[in-house]
Amino acid sequence: MKMVMEGSHAVSHGVLLSRVEVIAAYPITPQTHIVERLSELCASGQLKAKFLKVESEHSAMASCIGASAVGARAFTATSSQGIALMHELLHWASGARLPIVMANVSRALGAPWNIWCDQIDSLSQRDTGWLQFYCESSQEALDTMIQAFKISEKISLPSMVVLDAFYLSHTFEPVDIPDQERVDRFLPPFEPKFRLDPKDAKSFSSLTAPDTFTEMRYRIQQAMESAKSVILEVEREFHKIFGRSYGLVEAYRCEEAELVVVTSGTVTSTCREVIDQYRHEGKRIGLLKIRTFRPFPAEAIRENLRGVPKIAVIDRNLSFGMGGIFAEELRSVLCNEPERPLVFSYVAGLGGRDITQNTLSNVIEYSLEAEQPREDTLWPDLRI
Amino acid sequence: MMPEERINMKRVLPDEEYMISGHLACSGCGATLAMRYTLKAIGERVIIVLPASCWSMIAGVFPYSSLRVPVYHVAFETAASTATGVKAGLEMKGDRTTTVLAWAGDGGTFDIGLQALSGAAERNEDFIYVCYDNEAYMNTGIQRSSATPLLTWTTTTPFQQTKAEAKKDIMEIMAAHRIPYAATASIAFPEDLFHKMKKAKEIKGFRFVHILSSCPTGWRVPSQLSIKVSRLAVLTRIFPLYEIENGERYFINLKPEFRSVKEYLELQGRFSHLTEEEMEVIQMNVEKNWQRLLKKAEV
Repeated sequence: MKMVMEGSHAVSHGVLLSRVEVIAAYPITPQTHIVERLSELCASGQLKAKFLKVESEHSAMASCIGASAVGARAFTATSSQGIALMHELLHWASGARLPIVMANVSRALGAPWNIWCDQIDSLSQRDTGWLQFYCESSQEALDTMIQAFKISEKISLPSMVVLDAFYLSHTFEPVDIPDQERVDRFLPPFEPKFRLDPKDAKSFSSLTAPDTFTEMRYRIQQAMESAKSVILEVEREFHKIFGRSYGLVEAYRCEEAELVVVTSGTVTSTCREVIDQYRHEGKRIGLLKIRTFRPFPAEAIRENLRGVPKIAVIDRNLSFGMGGIFAEELRSVLCNEPERPLVFSYVAGLGGRDITQNTLSNVIEYSLEAEQPREDTLWPDLRI
Repeated sequence: MMPEERINMKRVLPDEEYMISGHLACSGCGATLAMRYTLKAIGERVIIVLPASCWSMIAGVFPYSSLRVPVYHVAFETAASTATGVKAGLEMKGDRTTTVLAWAGDGGTFDIGLQALSGAAERNEDFIYVCYDNEAYMNTGIQRSSATPLLTWTTTTPFQQTKAEAKKDIMEIMAAHRIPYAATASIAFPEDLFHKMKKAKEIKGFRFVHILSSCPTGWRVPSQLSIKVSRLAVLTRIFPLYEIENGERYFINLKPEFRSVKEYLELQGRFSHLTEEEMEVIQMNVEKNWQRLLKKAEV
């Protein structure tokens, strides 16, 4: 059934269709519409779940951990300061191998206060062992929510589905809402291998000495590695039933490209338009959308960028003292490739500054023209 | 319940043990008895949520456990918030009979865990929260908490500058949340503790039990005096045994005759620096608090 809806509500519907059992959430702009809709759905009985109106995001994640530990499908949503507050427990959730799914509406981190689009909040969690999916559209957000539960439950690691603040959370798009019966076929109930059970006196996460810890961490790394193929496998199934899939990355018009622009999130949509214009003029410019940041799709990236002379990476985030985070990760997976592109790293759109077609054109023009980037990190929309 | 009566504990407490030997506690540790007696009352069908505290170690190092019940180790400040989620998850799975027991120390309750505790109490979450209180951050080396009594020595309130603040009144904080049931208990009064746990088990909603948990290591008391010092805390009215229902009705379980706090303080190295004057101050505060409690129980 097609409906026009906000990105936030597309997420809520994903949660509804996934038959989530426990939701623990705390409000923060611009996540609020997600949880308000879920509140209504729980109150009306349409979603048979317990909605825990906890007193902070830290408690929201702790409650999700508790619920997931007994085998209930758990969900939360947050943003910015909220996900930062959860940080300690994000590590806990992955270490405890719990398939919690969270929606993060990516917003800048204070100080100073800024409520608009920026990827630093979710990217700051990159080491926590959570899968990260960066969505471009409301449809993708809904679909990824449903897929995430299946993927997470298969590999016993939590996932976060990331939406750009306001650009995705608060804009309205037509969304095809899958029907419950087909989602049930795709996503069976959560059956954990290990759970808290009063009839089974097991202890979880107790003190683990150096002689055993490394192997536990290695297993999580293995699970993350396997996630790359699990994601594609789950997407194939999803495509069979619903006719849609998104991949780990998406290459758009990269045939014989002399320059590939690398993006994530909603700026991808803007970039598609710009690429089309360039291609129309006969310029061989392509676009590579990175959808999964964790696991970082090294193989897919190497494959898609082999033989490409230059890439222009758009980072809507900044790691102080280094630069754009996607660029950093890209350089890292390309550094040993015998054939690797020259990397132009651009930081733009921080704190909700609009990345316009104009900015993207300037990025492309400079990248084409310069033999080497004049700096490691370039600021195309800086107003100094 | 008169302390002078000799009661055969075996007739009151069941034989079944939910704790086994080989646990990692210091000898004379009050927290072990607190857990042991609690589980005798509710251990048949329970899940323990256990944040960072001495009990994280007492429970055993992977792959061992000293408890015959499921235990979920969690981050320091999350006892009440995780227990909230465990309970919600169980109910969604159709289990309404398993007791969820949050088992936290004073640090994880009075200080870092206070927010989550207040949130769960305000929402009247349906689980039992036990605070076993050894009056400092014992697991990390005897640092002061807001549960440390006035004038006490700890490693962060050294002799030159002992604790300047009174012990936080956690029971009044719980009463202010109007939870169905709050109670204090002592390892030196095991039948009282046992009955309170049994009672708590049958109540729906948020239940809070505050157990004074003697710590020979941190209190600087010889291990064999652990129970004696716990009993004296109650008999000198420093740690009265009482219950509060719905934040309003107070019941004092034992009204001991006057006994000088000196008897209690002199047993402990953490109070060895106290002057006569300081002990009088402590005595006065105990009297004041006792009168306040008596008044509340009158209503």
